[in-house]
Amino acid sequence: MSLVEVTGLRVDFGELRAVDGLSFRLEQGAALALVGESGSGKSTVASALLGLHHGTGARVGGSVRVAGTDVQRASDEELRRLRGGQAAMVFQDPLSSLDPYYAIGDQIAEVYRVHARVSRRAARARAVDVLDRVGIADAARRSRSRPHEFSGGMRQRALIAMALACEPRLLIADEPTTALDVTVQAQVLDLLRTLREETGMGLLLVTHDVGVAAESVDEVLVMRHGRAVEHGPVSSVLGAPAQPYTRELLAAVPRLDAPRAGSTAPEKAVLEEAAPQGAVLEATGLRREFGRGKRAFTAVRDVSLTLRRGETLGVVGESGSGKTTLGRMLVGLLEPTAGEVRYEGRPHTGVNPAVQMVFQDPVSSLNPRRSVGESIADPLRARGERDEGRIRERAAELLERVGLEGAHYDRYPHEFSGGQRQRVGIARALAADPRVIVCDEPVSALDVTTQAHVVALLGELQRELGLALVFVAHDLAVVRQVSDRVAVMRQGRIVEEGPVDEVYGSPQDPYTRQLLAAVPALDPEAAARRRAERRELAAA
Amino acid sequence: MSEVLLATGAIGTDTSVPAASGVRQFWRRLRTQRAALVAAGVVALLVLVALAAPLLTALEGQDPTTYHPSLVDSARGGVPIGPLGGISGDHWLGVEPQTGRDLFARLTYGARVSLGVALAATVVQVAIGITLGVAAALGKRWVDQLLSRFTDIIVAMPLMIMSLALLAIVPSSFPRPVLVALVIGLIGWGNIARIVRAQTLTLKELDHVSAARLSGWGTWSIARRELLPGIAAPVITYAALLVPSNITVEAALSFLGVGVKPPTPSWGQMLTAADVWYQAAPQYLLLPAGALFVTVFALTVLGDGVRTALDPRAASRLRVGTGRRRESKAAEGGRA
Amino acid sequence: MNGFTGFVLRRTVGTAVTLLAISVIVYVVFYATPGNVAQITCGPRCSPEQVHQVARQLNLDDPLFLRYWHFLQGLVAGQDYSTGTSVQHCSAPCLGLSYQSDQQVTQLIWAKLPVSLSLVAGAMVLWLLLGVGTGVLSAWRRGRFSERVLTGVTLAGTATPVFVIGLVLMIVVCGELRLLPFPQYVALTDDPEQWAWNLLLPWLSLALIEAAAFARLTRASMLETLAEDHIRTFRAYGVGERSIVGRHALRGAFAPVIALNANNVGSAIGGAVLTETLFGLPGIGQELVHAVNVVDLPVVVGMVLVIGFFVVLANAVADVLYAVADRRVVLT
Repeated sequence: MSLVEVTGLRVDFGELRAVDGLSFRLEQGAALALVGESGSGKSTVASALLGLHHGTGARVGGSVRVAGTDVQRASDEELRRLRGGQAAMVFQDPLSSLDPYYAIGDQIAEVYRVHARVSRRAARARAVDVLDRVGIADAARRSRSRPHEFSGGMRQRALIAMALACEPRLLIADEPTTALDVTVQAQVLDLLRTLREETGMGLLLVTHDVGVAAESVDEVLVMRHGRAVEHGPVSSVLGAPAQPYTRELLAAVPRLDAPRAGSTAPEKAVLEEAAPQGAVLEATGLRREFGRGKRAFTAVRDVSLTLRRGETLGVVGESGSGKTTLGRMLVGLLEPTAGEVRYEGRPHTGVNPAVQMVFQDPVSSLNPRRSVGESIADPLRARGERDEGRIRERAAELLERVGLEGAHYDRYPHEFSGGQRQRVGIARALAADPRVIVCDEPVSALDVTTQAHVVALLGELQRELGLALVFVAHDLAVVRQVSDRVAVMRQGRIVEEGPVDEVYGSPQDPYTRQLLAAVPALDPEAAARRRAERRELAAA
Repeated sequence: MSEVLLATGAIGTDTSVPAASGVRQFWRRLRTQRAALVAAGVVALLVLVALAAPLLTALEGQDPTTYHPSLVDSARGGVPIGPLGGISGDHWLGVEPQTGRDLFARLTYGARVSLGVALAATVVQVAIGITLGVAAALGKRWVDQLLSRFTDIIVAMPLMIMSLALLAIVPSSFPRPVLVALVIGLIGWGNIARIVRAQTLTLKELDHVSAARLSGWGTWSIARRELLPGIAAPVITYAALLVPSNITVEAALSFLGVGVKPPTPSWGQMLTAADVWYQAAPQYLLLPAGALFVTVFALTVLGDGVRTALDPRAASRLRVGTGRRRESKAAEGGRA
Repeated sequence: MNGFTGFVLRRTVGTAVTLLAISVIVYVVFYATPGNVAQITCGPRCSPEQVHQVARQLNLDDPLFLRYWHFLQGLVAGQDYSTGTSVQHCSAPCLGLSYQSDQQVTQLIWAKLPVSLSLVAGAMVLWLLLGVGTGVLSAWRRGRFSERVLTGVTLAGTATPVFVIGLVLMIVVCGELRLLPFPQYVALTDDPEQWAWNLLLPWLSLALIEAAAFARLTRASMLETLAEDHIRTFRAYGVGERSIVGRHALRGAFAPVIALNANNVGSAIGGAVLTETLFGLPGIGQELVHAVNVVDLPVVVGMVLVIGFFVVLANAVADVLYAVADRRVVLT
């Protein structure tokens, strides 16, 4: 009997059909990844495996059998035995998935005691045991800590420990590494792999990241709009995709090893000849501190960089590296504590229309109460333009330029998708006729296919308008794809800077090497190679 | 006291910005709540009665201040003569013990005082609260420190006690209802200033405000375009709960004899002596008590409805169950 | 725990500063307002000459800051007052003498304090038990009919002023049903049983409205916690509803309840004034209303300061408790 048997699964939330006739099997000890973009219904499937839709108003049809339990027909008691005991789930955001008020060891012990008739003391010992097992150093002491005292990676380990506590036969991991930095993600994925080899449990991985899937499983099921698009072994689905959607998805995934377009494009060379390689934006000795007294910390320390006319400078770093703070200082939204920013050789303090920004969050970067046209018209009006007709005309022109319709002027942000909103944000930045645009994680909140379109748009605009771009991002592959030069940041400092091919081809700084080794690879062989590299780096 | 209720509101108030909440959306959400609609109807009726008090009493042919010694039995301490506390065609709700003043007239004019004082006090509270809250959030560090400390002190001082004490020292020549409204308004703005400050600080960090700065707008334009619309929702929500609270405070002050003073009628004041007369003239107790309860209750329910309509997320947790939120979350899929 | 000790220390200093600021504000507001204190104290029939004399006797001619300075001195070191012929020593903390009775304000307050403390402390126990209990019950029964009833009742509770509830309770329980005698204060030290019986009704009147607020808050924060992700984790591991509501959701309501309780000490004291007046309990509130009516400024100022002291103290204690209850709070 299979570990998981899903036949004709349908899940409806009111009008919305999230999952539509999905069937798959998972054998004992095997690993399957559900891959899809947002809204594909993949997380809904994961919840259905544990019967978590019971009592939420969702209608579930078809049949789901997990470890011999018919989830649809099971009584509350049977469901409780299944949950955690037979199949355990690891959630996306490890901080919010743990109770902030109780010690981590106590939470694991509580779950363990639901499934095993043991004393409090024995359950507590078991908790320390599994925490040790997932690689938490000094587990006995750390088990008394509350979640906020753990780092992100440790919290995810703790959640995995909770899952291990009852020795389930199936582990369901719902985006287990999405909230984590790339180096931590690699550690967690390696841990999952090791645990699976040791315990022989089955793994159902839900992820939007094809690379993460390629790193961790044997079989992939690509989902779209609640249906299965393609299903098969990793090597064949990712190596030779049969369906157009899968091909599109794979083509959109930025890779570390794909040939780069754009950097040596002829237009660029022409441009560079026309305008000599002068610096348009220069930062020297930038430093920024937040808070005072004991809680003061320095987000950016002694950063100097130069942005040349028409080039793209990538700034890459993990969370807390100070890359966003740096970006905000470059556009003048934040005053540096020390150092200065020069635009065209002149020091510039405060904001400057020639230096604009595209923001990360497509939701908060547009005022929900104003039409997108009004937002785009802001720089025009602020410049003193009073002629309504000309304003509308220019705004419509910009909307069309970023791939939207001029008639969208009067629509409100909530009527647009994330990618479209990001386009509106770009149009607004362009309205000021800037020479420089700082893009702060412009695509990290978008699905991978949308991501590719927005990146392409930025490249096009740059060539056409001769813009200089600063591209701030955590995703090494995206940065490689768009940048001419790249700066790697860590703890507020730039640890390495240079032309993209040099930095990615032969990284000098050990941190850069660690980062590059942590990026998941689509090709299983490359993945194995990077795993070996990671082990070496860890040993060194 | 219903300051209590406000504190509940303060803690429950979400400082996040509801997405695209237009006036139309607000009405649509308000319309779906039956309790709030009924409450709105009751409030509208009360406001109408208060506005039309002179008209209504003229219809009855009475006024709130004329003594009718002939209608009370002075031999029995001033008990109203006649059944049910002197209810008759001339005096629809009977007369006041001892003085014989018309109860219907006093009750309707009392509604004027109650609602008028409460609304005026709320306006003062909101005006001070917005000004100081925005100033603290946008001002320099020391301005913020100073204003926030001052707000802490104001919040720490019990509203009732301070108003009670302040009302003692102001000369009695000052029009009393105006004075009561001013005193309540000048003391009770602390929580609203805190809410406005917190909301402004949150909004200030949002990317669309940064984008407006990059567009080249000045501080004032940004405050007007990007910030004020954003603080409107929490301010309206809180103000809707301040009105019933202020009604209660006014009634309490008048009950203690330091608020609105005779001959101006006030519900709180009517209750001062009511316990002595409850057997002889039960409506003398029940009418003002009932009027107070109905008014405060209706305004509270309406305030809750306004909150639900303005902040659906806070509302969904005040309403029932947790399924709704999980459902929508699950539907968004993994990357939400 | 070093950080914690430092936090408590900082809070203590902050509390002292706040109290000082409150004393300045209160003193300035009350002694610098337009009302002519001397005229009122002397009475409406006094001649200008007599009024002037009274003003001098009460030191009302001195500059405001000087008077405040004397007041502070009295508070810290005590002070001597000459009342006509004799000299009265008012030992620290001296809040001055009553204009009306020449009694020391500190002694006056000291005599009335046990009544008010009995009232507020007892009511607090009652409102916490009733309020949190009702809140837990309605969170537990969420979505059912019983929850709707509880929600309606608590909403009505928040809308009923203390003096209305008190009046109704007194009339029904003492007047009509004669279950209890009309309350008369008996000191706890004299007869604990009578103390409790007599305070039962005042406790109830004061506690009911506060309890309603706590019920609403407890329910709201429990429902909020129930919608959080970590609850989903425990559901996904087969943890039962009893533990989810009783252990995880209830724990999330602790901190807000503590915060509300601190917030409500002030309003409860306001309610206590009403309750004391209504039931004729000889506490600070009743005395304050009397002092306000006869414009006895030293008594008013003294009482406002003492009440302010208790409120600020309650807030400081709540801050510390809050920090303990919610360990995620950064101690500053």
